Amino acid sequence: MTDLTELGVAAIRDGVAKGDFTAREVAEAFNANVAAASALNAFIVTTPEKALEAAGAVDADRAAGKALGSMAGVPIGMKDLFATQGVQTTAASHILGGFVPPYESTVSSNLWAAGAGMLGKLNLDQFAMGSSNETSYFGNVISPWRSRDSNAELAPGGSSGGSSTAVSARLAPAATGTDTGGSIRQPAAFTGITGVKPTYGRCSRWGVVAFASSLDQAGPMARDIRDCAIMLGAMAGFDPKDSTSLDMPVPDWEAALNADLKGKKVGIPREYRMDGMDAEIEASWEQGKAWLRDAGAEIVDISLPHTKYALPAYYIIAPAEASSNLARYDGVRYGLRDLPEGAGLQDMYAATRAAGFGDEVKRRVLIGTYVLSAGFYDAYYTQAQKVRTLIARDFAEAFEQCDVILAPTTPSAAFPLGDKSDDPLSMYLNDVFAVPASLAGLPALSVPAGLTQSGLPLGLQIIGKAFDEQGVMNAGLAIEQRANFSAKPDRWWA
Amino acid sequence: MSVDKQTVAKIASLARIRMDDDELERMVPELNNILAWVEQLGEVDCSGVEPMTAVIPNTLRLRADVVDADPLTGGGIRDKVLANAPAPEHGFFGVPKVIE
Amino acid sequence: MSDYRIQGETGEWEVVIGLEVHAQVTSHSKLFSGASTTFGAEPNAQVSLIDAAMPGMLPVPNAECIRQAVRTGMAIEAQINKFSRFDRKNYFYADLPQGYQISQLYHPIVGEGSLVIEADEKAGIPQPKTIGIERIHVEQDAGKLMHDQHPTMSYVDLNRCGVALMEIVSMPHMTSPAEAGAYVRKLRSILRYVGSCDGNMEEGSMRADVNVSVRKVGAAELGTRTETKNVNSVRFVMAVIEQEARRQVDLIEEGGTVVQETRLYDPDKNETRSMRSKEDAHDYRYFPDPDLLPLELDDAFLEECRASLPELPDAKRARYTGELGLTDYNAAQLTAEVETFARFETLLAATASQLDKSGADVATQVANWTLSVAPGVLKSLGDEAQMEFNTAAANAAILKLVDAGTVSGGQAKEIYEIVLRTGREPDEIAETEGLKQQSDTGAIEAEIDKVLEANPDKVAEYRGGKDKLFGFFVGQTMKAMQGKANPQVINELLKAKLG
Repeated sequence: MTDLTELGVAAIRDGVAKGDFTAREVAEAFNANVAAASALNAFIVTTPEKALEAAGAVDADRAAGKALGSMAGVPIGMKDLFATQGVQTTAASHILGGFVPPYESTVSSNLWAAGAGMLGKLNLDQFAMGSSNETSYFGNVISPWRSRDSNAELAPGGSSGGSSTAVSARLAPAATGTDTGGSIRQPAAFTGITGVKPTYGRCSRWGVVAFASSLDQAGPMARDIRDCAIMLGAMAGFDPKDSTSLDMPVPDWEAALNADLKGKKVGIPREYRMDGMDAEIEASWEQGKAWLRDAGAEIVDISLPHTKYALPAYYIIAPAEASSNLARYDGVRYGLRDLPEGAGLQDMYAATRAAGFGDEVKRRVLIGTYVLSAGFYDAYYTQAQKVRTLIARDFAEAFEQCDVILAPTTPSAAFPLGDKSDDPLSMYLNDVFAVPASLAGLPALSVPAGLTQSGLPLGLQIIGKAFDEQGVMNAGLAIEQRANFSAKPDRWWA
Repeated sequence: MSVDKQTVAKIASLARIRMDDDELERMVPELNNILAWVEQLGEVDCSGVEPMTAVIPNTLRLRADVVDADPLTGGGIRDKVLANAPAPEHGFFGVPKVIE
Repeated sequence: MSDYRIQGETGEWEVVIGLEVHAQVTSHSKLFSGASTTFGAEPNAQVSLIDAAMPGMLPVPNAECIRQAVRTGMAIEAQINKFSRFDRKNYFYADLPQGYQISQLYHPIVGEGSLVIEADEKAGIPQPKTIGIERIHVEQDAGKLMHDQHPTMSYVDLNRCGVALMEIVSMPHMTSPAEAGAYVRKLRSILRYVGSCDGNMEEGSMRADVNVSVRKVGAAELGTRTETKNVNSVRFVMAVIEQEARRQVDLIEEGGTVVQETRLYDPDKNETRSMRSKEDAHDYRYFPDPDLLPLELDDAFLEECRASLPELPDAKRARYTGELGLTDYNAAQLTAEVETFARFETLLAATASQLDKSGADVATQVANWTLSVAPGVLKSLGDEAQMEFNTAAANAAILKLVDAGTVSGGQAKEIYEIVLRTGREPDEIAETEGLKQQSDTGAIEAEIDKVLEANPDKVAEYRGGKDKLFGFFVGQTMKAMQGKANPQVINELLKAKLG
């Protein structure tokens, strides 16, 4: 019998539907892999019983001849930023320690309704703030990948580091991610998997612990484009509970997948070619161009003149929103309360938040508080939002000349844990290629492109026009078919 | 613009995060590094540019004035609202006594 | 400029007042959640996950609250902003679960407008005065803290949290407690006409933040102002101004300076005091709420808002004095409260229809009945009056009897009493209870003849020029008729006979 944990979303769905295996067998296989992988620390909470329960329901439905959902029989990992009813939801923070939501996020509800089951809640950077999964209160996630040159533990990327690790280590065929400034794409690139950030508003934010509201977008992380297309189809959809939700139909992305790019133009933004760019990244980018040309596309040079300012604008806007979004964690209604002897209300707030937030969260809350404070608001926040307008305009103009944009996902392959954790700025720079699309709300993905000489995965990024997830995934598929990425990490942890 | 320890202390107080002297000292250079870096935005000529309001063109939808139309956004769920409270008191949230 | 002055040691001072009135928008559900807004529920029973600021919860605005704010803006002839935004006002307090209040700072929904307060000589307002209104914005109310339930804890109730408020910000155009009082009353009246707020100050549906500063009479510069929060009656608004102006004058004259601060009013002690808990909350870090897109109003929406506006107090008053010919006093009384004009207009329509006359023909009679006769009877009956019998039809039927001369004013009151006690028909009561006045000229004439015969000397005096005696003859005749004669008929007959 095949190892069921080598199967992706489409294969599991089809196999369950055909009766090649039961959903329960799939859930058991993944539960076993999850249980054996505690060394990776990908999960904060495991819920094998939930996975079995959902599988049982799918098997019963199939036996009863009922129609099965698009994710029927697929057990997935749920980033612990999504509220799950009755299952602890922490955003990898201490301040939400023990918080058990009495509600289910829209995205996770949609997935359960499509027949998916939950293997557990995945570790992440605290409140999704980080690019290496080193800011979690529940400890670092360890990438399953190792360099050929050393046994140093590597970063799985962040903030969806638990998700990337779980998928690449075959602990789950797919996982949810969220992307605020690269948090789906960068970890996908670091771990040799595919991750899609859809257009802002495609997936409801209702029930997702907020980091930066104008940027946060949920998306799928899986082995390949088809699996992402299926899962995104299940996650997306209009939600009247989210004022920023897009009120438009969800296309059947899977059905329309087409790697033939004849007549399509692929833009190469010249500003992404930075001084001192890693040679392997540059080579991979060149390779990407060749693949897309081979798929029938025309390669055109484009300009995104304000690229350089995207990251600084992001590091004003995201912390500003976060400083306000995180004000609700005050020890009054849920989560941690630190009440020193004789403390008043305001002392309780300060003590609770001091004890409950990690260093990176504190740093960003302080930055955000500062840039919004009296006298600085216009110089920082208003200016950043103006620059954001210019960045969005750059993209709009570029898309008059091309259909999608090809760029590297990250400036390097995965770095060792601890390598950048003492230097916030160098950590932030890891998202330099990912952030512009986030600021413009555009759909973007990362698809595996190959390995470095040290044997570490590299990803290529496709950015598309608003609402054109299809075009993005089609270009991704063209790369996927040519890259033939089949490398996987050695199973050193079990 | 750069911040000194006193400013960081003020921001921390505004953000309600207690910080001891060591932490404040540590934060000063970290914040200054970040602030110095983001200040390159000042180079960008933004004359005539409106700050972004909606990242994807979209306008605000209004909902109908109906009570408890959706159980997920309605009231009448006191038990759920209080379920995670650190100090629930007779249907209230308890907090240290406030003097107004 | 009113002539309200504070006498200080160093001379005369004047006071400058601006009011921020928080009016609860009449709506079934909250501004951003579906929880009910009903007053008086069990603690935290009307709280949604959104109101409790659970992680990942998002606001979706209530169309009715937006509509009511726009209608209110139209009622004060204000500019309606087709583009507005919600901003977050960030501060930490136990009644504010999100850690921010969703409000509108940069782009409010309603811009500049105004209202007119009426002249009131006695209150030192010699002529009508226009008070400018700077803006109206929509925002969330906060929850409630209870401090007296536990020795070391305060209790938080979030039922009010998220209820929609309109903040109506006046310009600093008022210069006396009376003007401020008149402004609040007028604003309340407009809100109640429009139906955008029930104006119930006891339940907290309307509260005012009172901004007060003082300056030497004639000084051009405004003084430093203080803001006294959450004042919940017209009387207290006026008291706060008196107290605060006095305090500021005394403070300045003793060499001190007024600090811009938030204060609280203690009605028991009739004094304001500094509010320590809000001291450090002045850096609110406003920024546009990223969970909410810009609010854009289309023409159809605005048109519906305008079309649904009722006749407003000033227009109604003008119509009452003009078209209906009522006195200024009656018009003012009738239009002050929604309930009063509603009662008046219903009865006016019923009476005009029963009498087959125009509204103008019966308006004065109906106004008197509505303002003085009916309230007098109702008051004297107290609990004995059964209000379900107090129908417009019954009232109109009594007015019809009066109009026809069938019953006297006194008899009308008696009939009304019986109606209120029993629900019987006024016509039937007049008939069976003998509550009818005699208009039969023959019977009256006979009595008049007897009176004149019995008083030949007085007849002679009258004819000699002592006009005042006319009343004596009327009285004697009425007495003989046991008070049941139509006085008008008596008058006419007497005049003819004495002629």
